[in-house]
Amino acid sequence: MKYEAQTTTLVEVGRLIGRVEQFRSDGCRLVQISATKNGEMYEINYSFDKDYKFENIRITIPIDQEVPSISGMYWGAFVYENEMHDLFGIQVKGINIDYKGNLIKTTIKYPFGAGAVLKGEKP
Amino acid sequence: MTQRIVIPFGPQHPVLPEPIHFDLVLEDEHVVEALPTIGYVHRGLERLIEKREYPEYVYIVERTCGICSFIHSLTYCQGIEQIMGIEVPERAHFLRTIWSEYSRLHSHLLWLGCFADGIGFENLFMGAWRIRESILDVLEQTTGGRVIQSSCKVGGVRRDISAEKLDQMARDLDGIQKEIEDLTTVFLQDDSIRHRLKNVGVLSKEDAYHLGAVGPTARGSGVAIDLRQTGYAAYDKLHFEAVTEKDGDCYARCAVRARELFTSIDLIKQAIAKIPEGPVDIKVTGAPNGEYFSRSEQPRGELVHYLRGNGTKFLARSRIRTPTLTNVPPLVKMIQGCELADVPVIILSIDPCIGCMER
Repeated sequence: MKYEAQTTTLVEVGRLIGRVEQFRSDGCRLVQISATKNGEMYEINYSFDKDYKFENIRITIPIDQEVPSISGMYWGAFVYENEMHDLFGIQVKGINIDYKGNLIKTTIKYPFGAGAVLKGEKP
Repeated sequence: MTQRIVIPFGPQHPVLPEPIHFDLVLEDEHVVEALPTIGYVHRGLERLIEKREYPEYVYIVERTCGICSFIHSLTYCQGIEQIMGIEVPERAHFLRTIWSEYSRLHSHLLWLGCFADGIGFENLFMGAWRIRESILDVLEQTTGGRVIQSSCKVGGVRRDISAEKLDQMARDLDGIQKEIEDLTTVFLQDDSIRHRLKNVGVLSKEDAYHLGAVGPTARGSGVAIDLRQTGYAAYDKLHFEAVTEKDGDCYARCAVRARELFTSIDLIKQAIAKIPEGPVDIKVTGAPNGEYFSRSEQPRGELVHYLRGNGTKFLARSRIRTPTLTNVPPLVKMIQGCELADVPVIILSIDPCIGCMER
């Protein structure tokens, strides 16, 4: 059994595009983008892979901060970025295909976001 | 100038057992643009992690998919074990590998049957599913469940397989292999199938890689990504080559899956020959505190479970990135430029699992 080595690097929002451009020029593929609620902040992980070497960069943003889209470099990123918006309420600027909240249909707006109250929960 | 019209495809369609929708922009019968819509049956399973203790969450995770359920539970358990530093007994790794490959066999045979049905070859559909039944029988005999096995747990597996049963499984695989040879010969050599699939839905190697294609969708375009090569479970003790084709069309994706059936049989036989004696689980105490991106190779491609523990029995985050989600952008590229009549076949060719995607 082998566990793969993984690295996570913290990046400022303003440097995100530059770092992603570097991954793209290095020939890495985009594995996934995901958001995690952490108190009053969101953490967003961008994961890349090349030859089974897994690298992750992370930005941390306040709940109401907008993040730039990376779909200009990785065209397929639109599914993850629209998903982040629809589930968490994170505003992503400049998505190549912007569904404006209509990619994932949920009965509760932003069900994974801060302040979301699910069935059976107390507000 | 040819007038453009928009045709809605799905979410209900005879070739789609689950809902996905495309707005197809047509010029005559020619698709010039395709806009996908998902999210019709999103279940929010990932938020249940806040209400289930991490050992119980295995039962939720494996219900993400009704086909590759075992590999979901394996990927989740491996992630938790890595965070907690748990050394799983070697025999458990081999049993996990054996069940993973049986899951792949059953998934690929299911897809071959559905694909045959989608192109109107009903006899071949029944032939594929008849062989699949013998695979499901083994899963039921060894785990107690046909598609939801619940045999994987944090710290190992819940059931062992006796030496006699392993011997019988190896012998039975010889017969199954012969049946699969006959079946795949039709899939790969029948003129009507070749005519229907060749040069349809072509995805170039560059597009497959940069658009994020995984699994047979990527390997059909010559991108040799197969996460089993990273050596998780017992794959580091087994030998195999990633199956690839280079044409990137529907036929290539079909051929990858057909050839991977033989890889799976070979891997099971290798695992049965090398499985060590010993316990199949260890007692687990404590709670995970840390994070890990657990990756594995599902029948449809790379699966990622992001897990974050906070030192309590309840994880802070579980994020499941399924292969179908990342195969949607490549699918859009495949559809652009095709004929309207080819759209159902192209969609089927990525083996979409909407249940997984809408976890």
